[in-house]
Amino acid sequence: MNVFGMTVPAGFELATSIAIIIVKIAVIVAVTMLHVLYATYFERKVIGHMQVRLGPMRVGYHGILQPFADGIKLFFKEDVVPAEADKTVFKIAPIIPVFATLSAVAVIPFFDGFVIANINVGLLYLFAMSSLAAYGVIMAGWASNSKYSFLGGLRSSAQVISYEVPMGLSLVGVMLLSGSLNLTEIVKAQQQYWFGMYLIPQFLGYFVFMVSAFAETNRTPFDLPEAESELVAGYFVEYSGMRFAFYYAAEYIGMIVMSCVAVICFWGGWTLPPVLVDAVPALAAVPGIVWFLAKVYFHVFLYYWVRATVPRYRYDQLMSLGWKVLLPLALANIVVTSVVKFFAGS
Amino acid sequence: MSPITPGNYLPSEYLPIMILMIIAGAFGAGALIVGALFRIRRSYREKLMPYESGNPPIGEPRYRFSVKFYIIAMLFVVFDVEAVFLYPWALVYDKIGLYALIEMMLFITVLVVGYIYAWKKEAFKWD
Repeated sequence: MNVFGMTVPAGFELATSIAIIIVKIAVIVAVTMLHVLYATYFERKVIGHMQVRLGPMRVGYHGILQPFADGIKLFFKEDVVPAEADKTVFKIAPIIPVFATLSAVAVIPFFDGFVIANINVGLLYLFAMSSLAAYGVIMAGWASNSKYSFLGGLRSSAQVISYEVPMGLSLVGVMLLSGSLNLTEIVKAQQQYWFGMYLIPQFLGYFVFMVSAFAETNRTPFDLPEAESELVAGYFVEYSGMRFAFYYAAEYIGMIVMSCVAVICFWGGWTLPPVLVDAVPALAAVPGIVWFLAKVYFHVFLYYWVRATVPRYRYDQLMSLGWKVLLPLALANIVVTSVVKFFAGS
Repeated sequence: MSPITPGNYLPSEYLPIMILMIIAGAFGAGALIVGALFRIRRSYREKLMPYESGNPPIGEPRYRFSVKFYIIAMLFVVFDVEAVFLYPWALVYDKIGLYALIEMMLFITVLVVGYIYAWKKEAFKWD
């Protein structure tokens, strides 16, 4: 085996490749957690300015160190476990969403060839991990032994499973066009068009996916599980300190992962439209990670923008949107895509 | 490289995922365990009561809830299984052609009939 130009004896082969994997994972996890920290800062700044406020200003220049102050505070906060809670479940529950959403990062290609695990069923793996996070919510709601938590957990589980269906169906169009579940191949397949993205042939799928992604990550306007005006904080009302921070972190990692999936499946990932690269050849020299992060940050910004704009849905509206609007749209998208693909040939 | 048979297939591309899962789990557990060394512990009876806007909690927290949640769960199972059938179809659509198209149109028709029935039975109505 050849590592960095040196020939390594066969016995070291497995050890070195595992070491490389661990270093790669450590870098990606650290960078992701940093992005999560700053996603909270970014959100508070964006929403602050949209509401003609300044957002955090005190800690560091323009509040730039605010996320670290928050993190340190939460780390040292008392960890209150209610006397009547189911202690084991209560303590384990917050780890599950963080575990699931962090594991989902494994299959995301950040740029060409840079992915922790380039598996063939990447998209399925992402679905599996994103639905696993719901267990943390349900367990928290049940174990807290509080009415607000219980209602929040129930609502959340119903919401997550309702929107999982349109979300799963909205990506079938992408699978039809690319013929693959491997995220790297999905990105590469989009280069066949001059506009280099599935956003145009799959605009319906993109719309359904984004709305479902908002609901899956419990973001406004679908943040009913934690609707603070009626359920205080929903499923994590009894949590404090680090465990509370875990739910928060999981929500933001989930948001970033969903944005990454949207970028990979509909916006051409780290690539640019071929027509653009042909017109301005200099753009090809820019590393792909720049475009990828720019597109991801646009989607993260979209989350904040929607939060500042749209009021919360009522629960019956949420359910009827999922089942009566998004599900038929996603099915229609599949039918239209398959018929067009059949007659257009390819 | 020996041919892949059920006996010797080693899914080596999944190894990084396993390592990441271990790291993610260790990160979660580690942050809580390390934090426990520094955290203050000062609890009293009122602090350990379930939160109910400052009032003493009334009645059982896990009370009966709407049967609608069960219906949603059942519908989810039906439609999610349909979605699982659509994935492999979408992947091999190129190779099968007209047969795949007709077959799946029939499948989706059956699905839509069930969907309309559920709608008419007001399974999606929430009040």
